Amino acid sequence: MSTTKRPDNRGRRRFLTAAGGVTAVATIAPGVRLIQRVLAKEDDQAVSSAVRWGMLINTNKCATGCNDCVTACNSEHGLRDTGRPDTDPQWIRKVKLVDDQTGKETSLPMMCQHCEKPPCADVCPTGASFRRTDGVVLVDKHICIGCRYCMMACPYKARSFVHETLTDQRPWSPRGKGTVEACTFCVHRVDRGQQPACVEACAGADHGALVFGNLNDPKSEISKRAKAVSSRQIRADLDLNTGVRYEGV
Amino acid sequence: MSSKKIVFLTIEGKSLGFYFLLGVFALMVLAGLGASYYMEHHGHVVTGMNNQIVWGMPHVFAVFLIVAASGALNVASISSAFGKVAYKPLARLSALLAITLLVGGLVVLVLDLGRPDRLIVAMTRYNFKSIFAWNIYLYIGFIGVVAAYLWMMFEQRMNRFTSAVGTFAFVWRFILTTGTGSIFGFIVARQAYDAALLAPTFVIMSLSFGTAVFILMLHFIYSMTGRELGDLLVGRLRNLLSIFVAAVFYMTLIFHLTNLYGTQHHGVERFLLLEGGVFTQVFWIGQIGIGTLAPLALFWLPGINKSRGSILLGSLMVVIGGLSQIFVIIIGAQAYPLTLFPGKTVSSSFFDGAINTYSPSLPEWVLGISGFGIALLATLIAIRVLPFLPQRLADAQTES
Amino acid sequence: MTTHRTTAFLLSGSLFLGLALTANALSGPKIPQARGEKCVEPVEMMRRNHMEFLKHKRDATMRWGIRTEKHSLVGCIECHAAKGEDGKYIPVNDPDQACRSCHDYTAVTMDCFSCHATVPKEGAAPAGSKGDS
Repeated sequence: MSTTKRPDNRGRRRFLTAAGGVTAVATIAPGVRLIQRVLAKEDDQAVSSAVRWGMLINTNKCATGCNDCVTACNSEHGLRDTGRPDTDPQWIRKVKLVDDQTGKETSLPMMCQHCEKPPCADVCPTGASFRRTDGVVLVDKHICIGCRYCMMACPYKARSFVHETLTDQRPWSPRGKGTVEACTFCVHRVDRGQQPACVEACAGADHGALVFGNLNDPKSEISKRAKAVSSRQIRADLDLNTGVRYEGV
Repeated sequence: MSSKKIVFLTIEGKSLGFYFLLGVFALMVLAGLGASYYMEHHGHVVTGMNNQIVWGMPHVFAVFLIVAASGALNVASISSAFGKVAYKPLARLSALLAITLLVGGLVVLVLDLGRPDRLIVAMTRYNFKSIFAWNIYLYIGFIGVVAAYLWMMFEQRMNRFTSAVGTFAFVWRFILTTGTGSIFGFIVARQAYDAALLAPTFVIMSLSFGTAVFILMLHFIYSMTGRELGDLLVGRLRNLLSIFVAAVFYMTLIFHLTNLYGTQHHGVERFLLLEGGVFTQVFWIGQIGIGTLAPLALFWLPGINKSRGSILLGSLMVVIGGLSQIFVIIIGAQAYPLTLFPGKTVSSSFFDGAINTYSPSLPEWVLGISGFGIALLATLIAIRVLPFLPQRLADAQTES
Repeated sequence: MTTHRTTAFLLSGSLFLGLALTANALSGPKIPQARGEKCVEPVEMMRRNHMEFLKHKRDATMRWGIRTEKHSLVGCIECHAAKGEDGKYIPVNDPDQACRSCHDYTAVTMDCFSCHATVPKEGAAPAGSKGDS
């Protein structure tokens, strides 16, 4: 399917597994510092299936009306408001839920759920939609033909089609007319040991509703929390083993 | 029995009418290319398609043409695969339409891509888990198989293989339409899809739409070239079509009844059948009224079912009903929101939980309709260049 | 005799003029001076193989998360984007800029910049840096 060969540095580089993870002090936003476990991957190291990136979203902490994660994502990836909401891409959005019976209101962010078995990648005719071995679902825009079948197939409405010519893109986030795009889990940041922009923004707003990390590392914050509290996948009936999980909904 | 010998002739193609039609079809093709260029240059923002309705009018026309293409081969299959001699004189036209309609549909599909300039990528890189990728093989292969089939029919030395190759083409077209239906049937995400029934439904739709298009083309080519076309043959085709129309109706009925039984699908059914606005109207008026009940009345009611006018009008109505049906299947299904949180009312800036509206723009219509232009232009040129059509199809020739 | 000489003079004159007019095209593309010590590969190799390097690197980065600077498009642009008189970067796909001048000269279409940024990001962490963790 793909002509991409795995870079041949596997033998030489020892991948840092869970035990090799380091505790780092990260500057999240001015004045906010928190201690977190990150997997320090060297720039020349390939990603590996020893890692499964995931996100745990605590909807109880997610504030109604707060849009900081969305704003951070838009600014990180250069998504601009053109005043045409029908066609403007949205990689992450705030969804408001009201229970039909009880009237309970919930607010949560919805984005690409980074499925282990992504339907978008299944249906993509060229293999442009793919799942990176560390669990991040991406679009290879070099071979995307813009057929939009993945958008038909995604159960989460997570994908957007670029409907018009773009200029002034971010160097780390190439985006262009005629191709499909979605949340990348901020791979350009994650590959360098940083957190996704939305997670950083949520922590910066003192909500801390989003926890990002390695689901394969039992010592990571996300794994510990996911083990302790009850959380769920959206459309769990489809059995896609999503990387994004929700608690409190 | 020499009077029963079938003589195939090209059309003369010197009349004003011929060049007029040639011009009209060529203009349709040019307009479609222009529309596509406009859409690609500005991006899909100039269409009515958006992040909610990702497939629009071009897809309705393209899927109709692709479905009708495999159905158009039906007449040839009946003669070659099932040995009904009466249909043999029509087999060449049937195979020709199968190719030209398919090409028309595929061109529209390609011209609507976000990056049509990357057609070469679509032809060289395949994800074999994708039903879309399989379909690329099925479509290209179909053109090859039917072309070979035509060769068997045209070349006297090869005639003895006609039946074998024709049977192979029949099996191929069956798989092909199964594949087309599965594009939607395999979509687990959407409430209106995710049904194995869609594949066989598409197969039966193809028989219906393809036969209707075939009847219309046959009649108009023969009346314009002043060739004789007997009522016996047209009557047989009408009977065939009426059965297919009824069968499509049956499949539709079962589809909705099954959905209506389980509570889970009540929302989408209420939307499509009752509260869906334009989609509900197109379903009841277009698909059921114009596309099913009216043609069945025209084909079955004694007194009117013998007239050529009834048969032609009925066939045209089947085409309109077919486009309506595909419109409801493709766009209606997208207009209904995805159910992410059953039992909750959802809202967002990205139209979660909202019924989506779609207003197709002019370029989309033009591109879609140009698919017919491509099919008609290719057919017209083909029958001018090669002897696809019998000189006469009077009743005496077609009695079996 | 004089007519011949005049003709010869006129001919050579117009030939010279013609050459002068085409000289721009014949002398090759004008590429703005890049910043930095030297390119990541010898110039000859870059001229011939830059597209292969870029393609290889793009797949390594996108599919395998390899984020080294060498052969990355971002790296190319950091050195090769020139600054205008107003001190702002000029997009590398503008006429007479690093990428475009050569691609115009050789009549080869570029498909990079419908998606990729055409100027370095001011104040952004340089490619290959470890961020702040």
